[in-house]
Parts: sequence; structure tokens; C-alpha cells
Amino acid sequence: MTRAPLSLKLAALAGFAFLHIPLLFILLYAFTTEERSYAFPPPGYTLKWFAVVWERADIWAAVGLSLRVATLATLIALVLGTLAAGALARAKFFGREPISLLFVLPIALPGIVTGIALRQAFGLMEIPFSFWTIVLGHATFCIVVVYNNAVARLRRLSPSLIEASMDLGADAFQTFRLVVLPNVGTALLAGSMLAFALSFDEVIVTTFTAGQQSTLPIWMLSELIRPRQRPVTNVVAVLVIAVTFLPILAAYYLTREGEAVAGSGK
Amino acid sequence: MRALVAAPHEGTLRHLSDLLVRRHNLLVLILLMPPLLWLGMVYLGSLFVFLGQSIFSIDEFAGTIVRKPTLATLAELFHPANFDILIRTVSIAAAVTLLCAIIGFPMAYYAARYAGPRAKAAFYLAVMMPLWSSYLVKIYGWKLLLAKEGAIGWIAGRLGLGPALEAWLALPLVGGPSLSVSYTGMVLVFTYLWLPFMILPMHAALERVPNSLIEAAGDLGASPGRTFRTIILPLALPGVVAGAIFTFSLTLGDYIVPQIIGTSALVLGQAVYTLQGTAGNIPLAAAFSLVPILVMALFLTLAKKTGAFDAL
Repeated sequence: MTRAPLSLKLAALAGFAFLHIPLLFILLYAFTTEERSYAFPPPGYTLKWFAVVWERADIWAAVGLSLRVATLATLIALVLGTLAAGALARAKFFGREPISLLFVLPIALPGIVTGIALRQAFGLMEIPFSFWTIVLGHATFCIVVVYNNAVARLRRLSPSLIEASMDLGADAFQTFRLVVLPNVGTALLAGSMLAFALSFDEVIVTTFTAGQQSTLPIWMLSELIRPRQRPVTNVVAVLVIAVTFLPILAAYYLTREGEAVAGSGK
Repeated sequence: MRALVAAPHEGTLRHLSDLLVRRHNLLVLILLMPPLLWLGMVYLGSLFVFLGQSIFSIDEFAGTIVRKPTLATLAELFHPANFDILIRTVSIAAAVTLLCAIIGFPMAYYAARYAGPRAKAAFYLAVMMPLWSSYLVKIYGWKLLLAKEGAIGWIAGRLGLGPALEAWLALPLVGGPSLSVSYTGMVLVFTYLWLPFMILPMHAALERVPNSLIEAAGDLGASPGRTFRTIILPLALPGVVAGAIFTFSLTLGDYIVPQIIGTSALVLGQAVYTLQGTAGNIPLAAAFSLVPILVMALFLTLAKKTGAFDAL
């Protein structure tokens, strides 16, 4: 293999810089002493804003709500997405294509369309906006993430493993518990983590399905539109990066190791 | 070993298991029921209820919805003020898509053709991390960068590029009082947000270009530039189209970025947002919402012909 031309290397490097440098600036701003503007370079550095955020009950309430919503939405998506993947991974029947399209639809359509549609439906059914309507909205678009991960793994799982298990006398439930589940477990975990990160961060659908509740992204959005507490927002942004960073990293390693699924070479 | 092997179930459970193994369709049906009920009833139902209202109209005086089928609401999309919004949004989406392809191509190309296994793993991580990190935080980062007193202005000043930045901002259309209230800023932020969605399918398509084809072109006397134009680029095109599906549709529907960075002129997402909210004109909001869906349906039909779906 020949070496890459210098111009290509530089162009690729510039692209990666473009992709990563903006997030570094947020880290820098969390320590700035400047309160009223986004002045660069920061006139001084301080840790006091972390202490201020620590004391803020409203921010912690928003974090708590976001965590609870994300957990519940992920659980629902995990169950429904796995069921769907189990049904569609190897099945061939009439209507399979439109059904898989239906699972992708909530993430393929603009969030605002999904959001307003759900809001209208809740209004029509006279369901008051609450914690549960947020969860319902989030679960709808999280299903596809779990589904995608599970389908990819199930397709790599050799059907002969399942046949062997049944030939050896295991029934369908035992085969599921002892053969299928251990092989797809990491893919389900990875899908759940991505679903969690997606839900924790979601703002558009939440705008329409939340009542008075304020999730963390909703709180941040209001600060973005009308900045009132810039230093506090800087610190919250750093916290959000930290919270979403870990599940994403974990999901990446879980699916990588999963490439060596038992029987996939056959 | 014996302890490891669970005894087969007896009785009803075993019968149920046998039934599910023998009648595979029954199993598929049982598995499919709950997710289908959720998405088919809750989601698809609400979607139809909302979009279906585009054939109703609004009573100008009472402000209530007139439930009588009419094409008047859909025709309103072609009023100059509304049509401007559509043209503006589609132009921004096209600019973002083009910019994503230009910035992303060298990255995907380098990773697909020159990177070793370790560099490839680093590449995936370097693309996946920004893709999955918080959408609002990413926008916030750009708000910091683009502000008049922010880092881009400062760096431009230090490099002696201050006048160049001023000259760019003085241009009509792309300019504005500062980067954060100009189309330049808005397109930059969109490009940053959706770039990973363009890189991944492009990379997948480039990975599949067989080396033997490139070597054969070289053996037959083609210059590297010609090989690139006649072999690599056509074979990478489905990846670019697949990426464009994402960048285009994500830009069409977004209303958060234009609210925070950009001019006061509305884009489609903002129009839908104000129409359903303060204006209370659900029929027109539904009509506007149909546009990105139709544009994407058209896009997808064309994309299917280029084989873009294999590159996803």
C-alpha cells in the first residue's frame, strides 16, 4: 500500500480538528471568570462555578428528571426493540419491509413532526402532559436504536447454534436463555446505552410532550435562547459531556468485542 | 457437567415451546405484536391525525379549525412569504450537504484507503464521539466560538485576518452584524452537527472499492487523478448520496439551531413551530410539515436508484 499524499493527510487532519475543537472550548469556558459575555481569551480562571452549580437545586431537579425519563424510556425501548429484532432478523414475509420502515420512521422524520403529532394525539385523547408523556415520546424514537443493534447481532448469530441446542433437548425458552441471550447480551447493552444517551439529550420531542417539567436539555435550551446565567450554563455543558461520554464509549467497546460472536464464522 | 445441563421443562411450558418451534409464524406474530401496537397505533396514528389536518383550514376570525376538506391550506404554501421560507430552507440544506461532503470526503478517504487497523479504530471513535455527544452542548460550543467577542474573532484578529472577516460579514446574504447572526454561522453549525452522518456512509462505500480495480486502472496507464475520477469517485457516490439523505433531512427539520444562531428570517422548522404554537394554525403547520416528508420521499426514491441503501 502506498503512502497517503500530504494534501490528503492535511485535509483529513483539518476535518478532525473541525470535529473536535469546539468541544474543547466548552471545557475552557467552564473555568472562566467572565460572567457577562463569551469573551475570548477568558480574563481569568476559577473553579467557583462548579460550587455554584453544586448548590443549585433547580439544576439537580432537571438532571434527576432527565435520568429517570432516560432510564424508563430505555427499558421500554429495550423490550420493544428486542422483540421487534427477534421477529424481523431472519423472517421473510410479506410486509416485512414496511414494518422495518415503521421502526425507523420516528428517527427519520424531523423531530418537530414527531413532537407535534404526539402532542396533538395526547390532546385528542385528553392525556395531561406529565412525566409519562415525556417517557412515551422518548421510547418511541429509542426503539430503533435498540432494534438496529439487536438485528445486526442476531443476523451474525449462526442459526445452527439454535438448532444444535434444540437437537440436544433444550426447549425454546431454554435455548433463548442459554444460547441466544448470552450471544446478543452485549449488543442489547450497547443499544440501551445509546438509547439512554439519545433520551438524556433529546430536546425537540420533549418540548412538545412535556408540561411544566423541565428536563436538563429543556433547561439548557432556554439558557441558549436567552442567556441569563452564562457561567452556570458553561459548567452544566461540561457535566452533560461527561454524562453522555461514558455510555457512548462503553457502547463502542461492547459492540466491537461482539464481532466475534460464537458461530459467526460458519 | 450434569449440573450445567438444565432438565427439559415438563407440561404446559414444554407444550408452549413445541408450539412456538413448530409454528414459526405464530412466534413472529407474538414477538411483533407489542412493538407494532406501540408504533403502529400510538405513533403512526398521531402522525396521520396531525398531517391529515393539512386538508382543513383555519377560520380567520374565530381562529378555529374548519373541518371541511379543502386544498386552500396546501395552496397557501405557494404564497410568496411561505414559498420564500421553503426556498431558503432547501438552499441551506443543500449548502450544508455540499459542505459536509467536501469536508468529510478526505477524512473518509484517508481512513478507508491508508489507515491501519489501529488508526481505523481511532477513526471510528473520533467520528462516533461527536456524533453521539449532546446536540445542545455542541450548539452551545459554537455559540461561544461565533460570538462577536468569541474565539473565532479573536484568532482572526491575531492572525491579521480581522479585515477579511469584516469583509465577509459585509457581503450581502452570507454576512451579518456578527458570525452568530449570519447564514454563514448557521450553515457552519449545521455542517458541524451533521458531518459524522456524512462521513460514515462515505467511508463504508469507499471501503468497498476493490483494490484490484484501482491497480488495474494504474496498470492500464491511468494517472492517479484519472483513476480517482473514473473509478473511485463513481463507486463512492452511493455513499455520498446516503450521507446526503441524513444531512439534508436533518437540516430541513431543525428549528433549534436557527433560533440560536442565524438571521431573523424564518426557516421551515421555525415556521412550523410558530404556526402550531402562538399562531395556533395547525392546518398550515401540517401543510408545512408535509414538505420535508415529500422532499425526503423524492430524495429516497432517487437515492434508491444509485444504490445508496447498500452504503448505509
